[in-house]
Amino acid sequence: MSKHHEGPTYAHVVPVRTLLGVFGALMFLTILTYAVTYVDLGALNIWVALGIALVKGTLVALVFMHLLWDKKFYAVVLMSALLCVMIFIGIALLDSGQYQADLIPDFAPGIVQ
Amino acid sequence: MSTPHEGRDEHAHPHLQHHFESMAQQYDSGKFGMWLFLVTEVLLFGGLFCAYAVYRANHPEIFAYAHQFLDKTLGGLNTLVLIVSSLTMAMAVRCAQLGQQRRLKQMLAATLLCACIFLGVKGVEYEHKWKHGLLWGTHYVPQGETVAPADAAGAATTAETTAAAAAAPADGGTTLPHAATGPQGLADHSQPGHGGASHGGHGPAGPAPRNVHLFFGIYFVMTGLHGIHVLAGMIAIVWLLRRSAAGEFGPEYFAPVDFVGLYWHLVDLIWIFLFPLLYLIH
Repeated sequence: MSKHHEGPTYAHVVPVRTLLGVFGALMFLTILTYAVTYVDLGALNIWVALGIALVKGTLVALVFMHLLWDKKFYAVVLMSALLCVMIFIGIALLDSGQYQADLIPDFAPGIVQ
Repeated sequence: MSTPHEGRDEHAHPHLQHHFESMAQQYDSGKFGMWLFLVTEVLLFGGLFCAYAVYRANHPEIFAYAHQFLDKTLGGLNTLVLIVSSLTMAMAVRCAQLGQQRRLKQMLAATLLCACIFLGVKGVEYEHKWKHGLLWGTHYVPQGETVAPADAAGAATTAETTAAAAAAPADGGTTLPHAATGPQGLADHSQPGHGGASHGGHGPAGPAPRNVHLFFGIYFVMTGLHGIHVLAGMIAIVWLLRRSAAGEFGPEYFAPVDFVGLYWHLVDLIWIFLFPLLYLIH
């Protein structure tokens, strides 16, 4: 990048080529996650979809959100939030799993009437 | 801005606030604040993802059935639109950093355009669901029921109760005994299918499970909150466009573009997870 030195003194300028590369990868992965729904992988389908989403999310966070070049502290801040969410969802799922035996088949709470 | 700060360099940047040492320090502080805000956003949506996970784990049949009402081509199109907008936003940050005023405005305008397309497509999807009565709670009255979906959707509380009362006898022969359906089970008037109604071109196959409205409650809250975030992002981008029209951004001062960019990418990131979880259920 010949224009690199024109940028700010205190922040990193992401090269266009990197941005376009990530953009291409995100487009490809979106089409892939769409296409993979036509393949029956059984219970694996959701994990494949989530895995692809995780890769896409990581690309966005690392490059578009500059985490790759910024102070690692921001990445720690984000990861701590994600960790909290995962613990939250994990424990909630464990808890509701305990009630599986009490569930009435085909019935779910939540109706107002 | 006009009053010079004491003991301050005469040539200090006009956008340097008096309580900061340098533009770099101001930028770092702002960025830290922005990340803390994004953390609260992650936690906000985290609660909704938790609700999704619990309901899907407990009632997979509802999700397997109801997601067929969603158009995954439109959802996929919106995903692509948001990715394009993320690219243009990242380019806008770059242009601001390099002081490319003209391209900065172009990139911000392109991002805004993508946001409009996203909300437009979302509007088409919402309208389709509204028309077919595919809504939350007691508003879930799929096409083919005795009550016209449009009425049920816009109805006041009194109309809801009559709608429920009118629909309940039709469903009189519930498969579950009343005791088993629980105190709320009587409102189970939400089953489509016994009219053999088709729901547009992509009507779901197979019999409907009970309480499909739960899916649409989750769908509308999650995509609705996300849509509100897109709207907020659009307002922020308009603000950036006004400021960039005044030529305020450059290599020394691009923080607002950068921070709105961070927010915009997070909104994109949330959609990246919403799309497969809501539209691409196998």
